[in-house]
Amino acid sequence: MSKVFRATATQSLSVSFTVGLYGTAFGAASIAAGFSILQTCLLSLLTFSGASQFAIVGVMGAGGSAISGIATASLLGIRNGLYGLRMAPLLKVRGVKRVIAAQVTIDESTGVAIGQEDLGIDAMKQGFWLTGFGVYIFWNFFTLLGALGAQAMGNPSAWGLDAAVPAAFLGLVWPRLTGRYERTLAASAVILAIILSPIISAGLPIIATALLAVAFGWKVRS
Amino acid sequence: MNALWIGVVGTSAIAFTLKYLGHSIPEKYLTNPRMLRINTLIPIALLSALVGVQTITEKGKWVIDQRLAGVAVALIALSLKAPYFAVVISAAITSAALYRL
Repeated sequence: MSKVFRATATQSLSVSFTVGLYGTAFGAASIAAGFSILQTCLLSLLTFSGASQFAIVGVMGAGGSAISGIATASLLGIRNGLYGLRMAPLLKVRGVKRVIAAQVTIDESTGVAIGQEDLGIDAMKQGFWLTGFGVYIFWNFFTLLGALGAQAMGNPSAWGLDAAVPAAFLGLVWPRLTGRYERTLAASAVILAIILSPIISAGLPIIATALLAVAFGWKVRS
Repeated sequence: MNALWIGVVGTSAIAFTLKYLGHSIPEKYLTNPRMLRINTLIPIALLSALVGVQTITEKGKWVIDQRLAGVAVALIALSLKAPYFAVVISAAITSAALYRL
């Protein structure tokens, strides 16, 4: 990784900061749900998967048991495992490095990595690591701020963060939607996940779209 | 150990295990052309689904609100080849403006 890819670094930083800001909302939500500041920060440091973290504090804050909270959070964490399948052959790391790579394998790092495909493997790797560490730093910093009662930030909707985050992911997938084939897959995935959302529990609608990827990838494209 | 601690430790342990499992599948299972194709498509499907769910649902219900407008503006910005940062900011500004109306 000798060359620094400027566009990749800029994108990594944009994603890290946008998503990191959301950590404030998590910190505040976690405290409101009855978790201590230490527990809140440990969730961000150790679980380090936004959706899973919101799930555990959401379920337990609403009076749910630890088991049901862990189950919901874990369903949401399955997709990180699927991302690992894609990232491992790219990163080719072992030992401690693999442990670190696994910990920072999330929506954002995977998204930026696949977004750099046109720039080559080195840019993809750089995007993965920069975004993984970037989100880790910002997410944990803003979690602490939120937990300490940075209520000034208040509702993420008031700052447009609720749209900025999906827009950030859309911007990451966009460069991959070059052909009709990929565009059809992406559109089908959006529709399937939205249709399934009221029907099956949180996390599953997104994971279910992996089956679409299998179906689309099974046949050699014409 | 009280229930909240069990929640914190359990969630963290399983989250890491799931992440690590993905990295531990031997590469020989991932190198045939079909697996390579599928493996490239999985993040595209999952991240697209994530965009849809974050834009149109809330707590398992369909909710149409300022988020959809924000993401629609992002879509327009992307099709006009706007730089990444402009895409994210335009979505945020649109959504925040509508929210504060």
